[in-house]
Amino acid sequence: MNFYGVRAIYNFEMSRMRRTLMQSVLSPVISTCLYFVVFGSAIGSRMGNIDNIEYAAYIIPGLVMLSLLMQSISNASFAIYMPKFSGTIYEVLSAPVSYVEVVLGYVGAAATKSVILGLIILATARLFVDYSVLHPFWMLSFLILTSVTFSMFGFIIGIWADGFEKLQIVPMMIVTPLTFLGGTFYSIDMLPDIWQTISLFNPVVYLISAFRWAFYGVSDVNVGVSAGMIMLFLAACMTGIWWIFKTGYRLRT
Amino acid sequence: MQSDISVKNLNKVYEGGFQALKNINLEISRGEIFALLGPNGAGKTTLISIICGIANMSTGEVVAGGYDIVKDYRKARETIGLVPQELSTDSFETVWNAVSFSRGLFGKAPKPAHIEKVLRDLSLWDKRNNRIMTLSGGMKRRLMIAKALSHEPRILFLDEPTAGVDVELRRDMWEMVRKLREDEVTIILTTHYIEEAEEMADRIGVIRQGEIILVEEKSILMSKLGKKELRLQLQHKLESVPSELAAESVELSDDGYELIYTFDSQQEQSGVARLLRTLGDIGIEYRDLRTRESSLEEIFVGLVHEQATG
Repeated sequence: MNFYGVRAIYNFEMSRMRRTLMQSVLSPVISTCLYFVVFGSAIGSRMGNIDNIEYAAYIIPGLVMLSLLMQSISNASFAIYMPKFSGTIYEVLSAPVSYVEVVLGYVGAAATKSVILGLIILATARLFVDYSVLHPFWMLSFLILTSVTFSMFGFIIGIWADGFEKLQIVPMMIVTPLTFLGGTFYSIDMLPDIWQTISLFNPVVYLISAFRWAFYGVSDVNVGVSAGMIMLFLAACMTGIWWIFKTGYRLRT
Repeated sequence: MQSDISVKNLNKVYEGGFQALKNINLEISRGEIFALLGPNGAGKTTLISIICGIANMSTGEVVAGGYDIVKDYRKARETIGLVPQELSTDSFETVWNAVSFSRGLFGKAPKPAHIEKVLRDLSLWDKRNNRIMTLSGGMKRRLMIAKALSHEPRILFLDEPTAGVDVELRRDMWEMVRKLREDEVTIILTTHYIEEAEEMADRIGVIRQGEIILVEEKSILMSKLGKKELRLQLQHKLESVPSELAAESVELSDDGYELIYTFDSQQEQSGVARLLRTLGDIGIEYRDLRTRESSLEEIFVGLVHEQATG
């Protein structure tokens, strides 16, 4: 195990986060605060409770998940895309590091940033809404698991992308709509039957549902099923990364 | 002498079918400075990329520092430092952080004293806290070398290290390479500047269209393939080469005041004495004469041209 190699990549990425604090942390926190103000305080005060939970508090897990998914993907995809773009990837490819160590460094840093961001957003939410966390251990577990999984997904996107446009396409065109339609602002039960069935094909439904369960003990989908789906997505991402390094796809000619 | 790099039957065929390297066989000894010369697109960078792990080989076997680059890739790569052709740097990082990052990446524990020595040797110490984006092109080139030396490699690849740098920096780098040789670091150098190879290399390999067409000791190469020229400055202008000299390889300069005789320095009979006698016999007087050996560049151009025309 090249411990120093993993640490070098990890520290390098964390130092990039410190350099871009405005973009990495402040910007998503402000965006989420705006959601709290508009949907939570302004509109939420005129809406009824969902599953006996005040609307402003109900949307907190979904909003945290929205930021978590976007930032995990963005952090990891930029982290691996930038060395490819600038040419500095030669150093990683020629170093005595295995692909597991490369992934540990890049994905570990991206996931750490996301977890920190998620916790900051949760702390900020306290300023607007009074909420409780019923299962803190599971809340933290889902937070970390989702960050790691989507950082891996972002890593794959970063390898696949051959331009800045492609880096943006997946988060903006796929992840954002899936998150908005995944029960961030409503319960799946509120939809007509046919849309409830269609929603079950949206993987983000399971993430938000499990995360909301950790907060309030209520969920759209059984929490065990949700956890299984997250693990399945994690396994799919790990397989994708294994294939990338095995074939050298867009890394080694 | 112990071999530090051993390349056997190496082939590289890209997906499109283009064969970049054709059955390369090469042995480079410990502590040797080996210059790899070749025109653009000859396969120099591809060969280096494969040995360093940046590109995959199609077939063949490569051993670096005593380790197979595929089976024992960790140990093999630990021994190698690479200065690539392109100036690829993380613009927002400081010099110190960038060099320290490279050391860590290659699995070495932090050693600030070594980083300091490398930076001082490369005249980068004063810039250690500067962001890379503020460095000049020459300084960035020095930084690339510092990064490659950060983990104390025993094999160093310099892919066109002095491309686009000024004369002073080039001389500094040559000095640095000589110091590294004293520490028994094996250096493989690709360059377009033949002068560079002539100045530093122990052995020279010439690669053309993916094939190594020649590997030779520099001194042997120069004496084996070197041509000598005798230039005679004439007292009086000539309109053409005298018929008595037609059988010799003699040319007349454009202004008619110089006769140029080319001969093989390796032959026992150079023909110089015969030429001078003939000139005396036909009454051609000269003011001065001088001889000149062909440079490595001329040898290189001759070799590549010879191969190209078959």
